[in-house]
Amino acid sequence: MIHFSPAELEPAPAAVRAALGLKRGVEPSPRSEELLRRALDLFRGLAAPAAVVKPVTAEEFATVFAGRGGNEPRAPLAGIYPRAGRLHLFAFTLGGPLGAEIGRLFAGDFALGAVLDAVASQAAENAARVAERWSESLPVPGAGDGGPWRCFLYSPGYCGWHVSGQEALFAALRPETIGIRLNASFLMTPLKSVSGVLVAGPAAIHRLEASYPFCARCTSPACQERSLAAPPA
Amino acid sequence: MSILNEISQRLEEGDDAAVPRLVGEALAGGLAAKAVLDDGLIAGMNVVGGRFRDREIFLPDVLLAARAMYAGLDVLKPLLERAGVASRGRVVIGSVHGDLHDIGKNLVGIMLKGAGFEVIDLGHDVPAARFVAVARERDARVIGMSALLTTTMPVMKEVVDLLARENLRGRVRTIVGGAPVSAEYAAEIGADAYGYDCAQAVERVKELAGA
Repeated sequence: MIHFSPAELEPAPAAVRAALGLKRGVEPSPRSEELLRRALDLFRGLAAPAAVVKPVTAEEFATVFAGRGGNEPRAPLAGIYPRAGRLHLFAFTLGGPLGAEIGRLFAGDFALGAVLDAVASQAAENAARVAERWSESLPVPGAGDGGPWRCFLYSPGYCGWHVSGQEALFAALRPETIGIRLNASFLMTPLKSVSGVLVAGPAAIHRLEASYPFCARCTSPACQERSLAAPPA
Repeated sequence: MSILNEISQRLEEGDDAAVPRLVGEALAGGLAAKAVLDDGLIAGMNVVGGRFRDREIFLPDVLLAARAMYAGLDVLKPLLERAGVASRGRVVIGSVHGDLHDIGKNLVGIMLKGAGFEVIDLGHDVPAARFVAVARERDARVIGMSALLTTTMPVMKEVVDLLARENLRGRVRTIVGGAPVSAEYAAEIGADAYGYDCAQAVERVKELAGA
């Protein structure tokens, strides 16, 4: 089990400002800084992070990955996970009260609601990074195989893994135990939740060229950071 | 500085205490409600929209300005209604069926109200038939649809097709947006416009509504 505290997930103010569109070199207004301060206070009081994690073999993950059969014909993840040294199914949520507060604020103080939403989104991203570092901290079997391991989270809806893969992921992992539900569109509630597979192994296995047809539409091109993180194969 | 310029200036600063006070003073000084709306509040929001588009300010500043605009509108609204001043048009917005994300849609709604439109927000998880039924019943000029999931985007096409089947395409225009949505997708499904972000969405709605 991975333990999270709101403190380690709390995003840096600069990251929230950037997510909200503050251009580098532009000074935020005092009123917007006050909003950010209040949003961070609310986050500290309302975030109830919880995660569930389950080790799987490559063979077991193959079934999860296949899902309903909707994956892209050429999916980067299909070439990455079989070379992994370790795989964990993973789901995380910041809990229902935070999402409820964001919704409530939008009906009244929408400016604060939008900033709190951005804080929560950044915190969910941070949770994925904490989980990756957790996987990397586990003992490496056969040490020396390809140098230190790197772990990245791959999620349904990205890297050729069809979003309907959430169904098989949920069936194998049961994130319902921490309060995450899936709707008919494969959307998780509470909304500030993250799911996928933690893939750990030699850094080179993550390296990929962002040249797949779906890369042009991707709104989360973390693979570029991965390519930089991984030495050439 | 004239009081209208001062209203505009305070609105740009997001001062939601000063704006309604100044609106009250402007009305007490004999200015017409419509003039206060157009040359004070909407003028200020136009400046804010332009600065946001040019990335001189960021989203919280826009929302603070919108909050100040709403505070000013609360003072003006009874007078505008009494004077029979019409909005720039009625817009139905919602996140499509299956989608529970509505932050982006909410931001567009806030900006549209700030631009002088009447917004009918259907919330999230809105079926195609409801978009069309409400647009017809309320005589809306534009339907704005948001989706954050590729799995829910087809509902946008359902709305466009349903409008065509009900011979409403010319009367009710459509605009789509959301993270996985693109201008190409909008064209492919026959939507009238695509909004990359809330500021662009407002500009497109103005064009669609002829406002």
